[in-house]
Amino acid sequence: MGRYVMRRLLQMIPVFLGTTFLIFVMVYALGDPVAAMFGDRAPDPSTAAKIRHDLNLDRPLLTQYVLYMGKIVTGDFGEAFNGQKVTELMGSAFPVTFRLTIVAILIEIVVGISLGLISGLRRGKIVDNASLFFTLVVISIPTFVSGYLLQYFLGVKWGVVEPTVSSGAPFGELIVPGLVLAGVSLAYITRLTRTSIAENMRADYLRTAVAKGLPRRRVVTVHLLRNSLIPVVTFLGTDVGGLMAGALVTERIFNIQGVGYQLWQGVLRQNSPTVVGFVTILVIVFLVANLLVDLLYAVLDPRIRYA
Amino acid sequence: MPDQIEKTDPGIVDAGTVVVDPGLTPEPEREKPRSLWDDAWRDLRRNPVFIVSSLLILFLVILSLWPGLFSSTSPLSCDLSKSRQTSESGHPFGYDLQGCDVYARTIYGARASVTVGVCATAGVAILGSVLGGLAGFYGGWWDSVLSRITDIFFGIPILLGGLVFLSVMKDRSIWTVVSFMILLGWPQIGRIARGAVITAKQQDYVQAAKALGASSGRIMIRHILPNAVAPVIVVATIALGTYISLEATLSYLGVGLKAPTVSWGIDISSAAVQYRNAPHMLLYPAGALSITILAFIMLGDAVRDALDPKLR
Amino acid sequence: MRGSTRAKWVVSAAVIAMAATACGGSSDDDKGDEGKGGDSKGIVRAYWSDPQNPLEPSNTNEVQGGKILDMIFRGLKEYDPKTGAAKDAMAQSIDTKDQQNFTIKIKSGWKFSDGTPVTAKSFVDAWNYGAYLDNKQLNAYFFSDIDGYADVHPDKEGAKPTAKTMKGVKVVDDTTFTVKLTQKFSTWPSRLGYKAYSPLPEAFFKDHAAWLKKPIGNGPYKLESYVKGQGAKLRVNAGYSGTDKPKNGGVDLKVYTDGNTAYSDLQAGNLDLLDGLPAAALTNVKTDLSGRYINQPAGIIQTISFPLYNKKWGTEKAKKVRQGLSMAIDRKSITEKIFQGSRTPAKDFTSPVLGAPGGYSDGICGELCEFNPTKAKQLIQEGGGIPGGKMTISVNGDTGSHKDWADAACNSINKVVGNDKACTTNLVGTFADFRNQITKHEMTGPFRAGWQMDYPLIDNFLGPIYKTGASSNDSLYSSKKFDKLLNQANAEADTTKAIQLYQDAEKLLVQDVPAIPLWYQNGDAGYSDKISNVTLNAFSVPVFSDITVK
Repeated sequence: MGRYVMRRLLQMIPVFLGTTFLIFVMVYALGDPVAAMFGDRAPDPSTAAKIRHDLNLDRPLLTQYVLYMGKIVTGDFGEAFNGQKVTELMGSAFPVTFRLTIVAILIEIVVGISLGLISGLRRGKIVDNASLFFTLVVISIPTFVSGYLLQYFLGVKWGVVEPTVSSGAPFGELIVPGLVLAGVSLAYITRLTRTSIAENMRADYLRTAVAKGLPRRRVVTVHLLRNSLIPVVTFLGTDVGGLMAGALVTERIFNIQGVGYQLWQGVLRQNSPTVVGFVTILVIVFLVANLLVDLLYAVLDPRIRYA
Repeated sequence: MPDQIEKTDPGIVDAGTVVVDPGLTPEPEREKPRSLWDDAWRDLRRNPVFIVSSLLILFLVILSLWPGLFSSTSPLSCDLSKSRQTSESGHPFGYDLQGCDVYARTIYGARASVTVGVCATAGVAILGSVLGGLAGFYGGWWDSVLSRITDIFFGIPILLGGLVFLSVMKDRSIWTVVSFMILLGWPQIGRIARGAVITAKQQDYVQAAKALGASSGRIMIRHILPNAVAPVIVVATIALGTYISLEATLSYLGVGLKAPTVSWGIDISSAAVQYRNAPHMLLYPAGALSITILAFIMLGDAVRDALDPKLR
Repeated sequence: MRGSTRAKWVVSAAVIAMAATACGGSSDDDKGDEGKGGDSKGIVRAYWSDPQNPLEPSNTNEVQGGKILDMIFRGLKEYDPKTGAAKDAMAQSIDTKDQQNFTIKIKSGWKFSDGTPVTAKSFVDAWNYGAYLDNKQLNAYFFSDIDGYADVHPDKEGAKPTAKTMKGVKVVDDTTFTVKLTQKFSTWPSRLGYKAYSPLPEAFFKDHAAWLKKPIGNGPYKLESYVKGQGAKLRVNAGYSGTDKPKNGGVDLKVYTDGNTAYSDLQAGNLDLLDGLPAAALTNVKTDLSGRYINQPAGIIQTISFPLYNKKWGTEKAKKVRQGLSMAIDRKSITEKIFQGSRTPAKDFTSPVLGAPGGYSDGICGELCEFNPTKAKQLIQEGGGIPGGKMTISVNGDTGSHKDWADAACNSINKVVGNDKACTTNLVGTFADFRNQITKHEMTGPFRAGWQMDYPLIDNFLGPIYKTGASSNDSLYSSKKFDKLLNQANAEADTTKAIQLYQDAEKLLVQDVPAIPLWYQNGDAGYSDKISNVTLNAFSVPVFSDITVK
């Protein structure tokens, strides 16, 4: 087991380098950020040249990447254009987004798995069709639409919740944004659980369990659900990174200064330290989440063992 | 023991399909053994869900190919003085902010949206299945390298990737959007395909076919593919919906398809902020989007069920 | 037990994951009570978004940074909130005999909010800082008329400055300094209300990093706290010596990710003042806020500029097409339907806030700015039709609702030429990319251009945009006649005569059409029932010191 984890950790290195380089190249391809700093005015050549020089923008791409990675290793992630350190920005953005992601994942797990379980157990029945319909509605409404609608009706018109999230981002205010963010993944989880449950319903071990006369509740929770959760867990693992970065639209609508929003601002201003810095951390989150998921399998499926 | 590790690598169970061998049920009465595909087709022909969804999709395809059959108004001829007016005779869905006919735009928008959805899904499914399948089937070095490449692309959040990729592209046609979706979307299917193939590979009937001397190609197509395809179909049909709605989100972020292309995504994104004054602007393109997604999800469900012998 | 060991591994891996992701941990400064309730006495809660650059006066060139600098700084001049006219603030007198050498006397007794006095040196040091190349100040060009600027800020790329201070600026005594310009410039003093000319305290030069975290100024408000990404709390500066002492207890600027979001908060009562309403809110704002809505002209004009450097658009023949396109755009309908009246169809190249004395005249553009489909079609045909049969209007897609009006303008043009696909909107993904294409002169078709005045004088709407080689001359328009008239006007001591010359120059633009004037952008704002006496100044920034809180 220990060796397996070691091996996985080592494998992360090329992936980490590959992803950061890819994103670095992409942001580089966006072009020169300096002209935009001058707003609607043409930049004066000497100031622009000076800024470019100080940001290493006048060096070749590969040199820039190496210089950047060299700094990252020492913990220096550079600065955003407003002079704020990227580490400082990450320090305020990640905890907020982290909370939002937790809320979203909890909603996904609770609602998605229950819906999937019920519709998988009652395939073809009304409940199943209703859940299909629900899934459909959720998938077919883009987050920016559901976000605005929920914000207006719940927050402004009926005054049930605060329409925006205050700077501390307490969990209570994150429920609606979390719901919006969870939307599409929720649909995936419902469908995946349903499929998986429907398949495992016919598995031998389940028949055995029923034949043994175990109570239905135990059969469903211990035998059926535990075995059916593997694809769901896989999905959740890969989804964590996506949720954190994909919160861009949700964060913008609900006034959350989180990872997605900062990334978006970074792209708009073409500020590579912000974008690459945030993505670096996201890649680490993504890789670690995947590792965790793989380890979780062993808990869920006793047939799997790591050498 | 690296070999063993690969076999028990959790990716195996990605799809969670513990497949029970279909080959074990002998069908001695038949003169010519029916293939899985024949069975599936017989099944499908009698499935109302399949019939309804196929008809819907057929309709959507016709709509995309010849929108002119359904609307005589041009989606691009707009009269600003009618901005945001509701329906009137000859214009059942009313007008949008620019005073364009919402009915015509909904009809003409099908082409771009359906093309984006179908092509992106097809591309993702093919590229993902091939790369994931190869990784799963051959294992070893193939697997290590392909899986790491999968991780690299998986590590880039799709919305962020889209924002950057499409900002760089000066000409954002349907095909640019589709190719970006394929580029960043395939790892999802790739992982699932890989897991499904590994699971299927270990089944007794595959081992048996191997022992009987079947070629790799035959094993792959006859035995592994049908068993690995189900999880891919489920995810792909949902993904299709998300790609269509992703196109809308890209428009909302200002990097979507460019005019004069007409698409549901463009219309939904410009209608989203008008929901209070002109809900009809949002309702019709969003409704069309929902029906399309419904049709594909239903089709996916039906096909998947038909391909799964256990559910028969 | 095997199961438990596994679980342990999972847990420890989870710990690593948490450590890796939590990074900075939860921040302690979350506990602020801002935004909630609003019952702290006399405080206005106003919309803000994060300034894009460090908050140095000579480095701030966008509205949001300008908003806070306006509250914490007072320069030599200030612009009257109603008329926009420049009047003395810190200046006791600004004298000149030759329109080139100025003697500036400042009022004594003014203090920065840290208690140190504002002296002539505070100004001179600040200006030298702003001009010096190595400080990379975005607004350095504001000092370019001062003698010695070229030494501290050589124009050529990569050149090193040869001096640290400008020889044209000299401290005489604590309250007097002199300025020598490179050439005659009669209206130069009225520029001095611009924030780039603000004085800076010694703390700025001693501990720059600390100052940036919490800027110290000499304005009506002082900064109590500033958390990037969240907001700033401003309180009344008790030691302020100006006449416009605040009528409220202070202002809390709250950072928002999006205007629509802020509008929701305004409706829900979590925000008191939102300036620059989002386009989507314009239809409902009057009923939503029961009339607590201001919509007034501001010093902003929106135009479509042509890439005259491009062969398709720069020719003498294409001039007719450019004129035709201007007449093909139905400005009135667009301002009504798309902007709900928050824009006014343009009738010249400046802005009505200048007023007649400032150089505005509604008769300058004339027929060219009127919607006339027949004449437009005729002119376009005479010019050989739209170059290549197709054109795009480029706008940036990331901010504002530029797509909406650009689509409408295109539809208007398409109708005139009778082709649905002749004109389309070209949405450029990011503002940065948009500006890059413009400044590198890579545009192949007309593009959006907006101009917000720096100071309310006609020359600010002409010189920087249309003079040969000027900093914002994105079309690369060049007319010897135009340049000559501007130079004459700048040197003219008599204001009425100067304005006449400026307007003559402006009339040349109507003939040459380097850009099409579209509409004057109004300043707008919505506010809660907790505050009253809300007005906007000529720069469409709220006049915070006048606001009273219930």
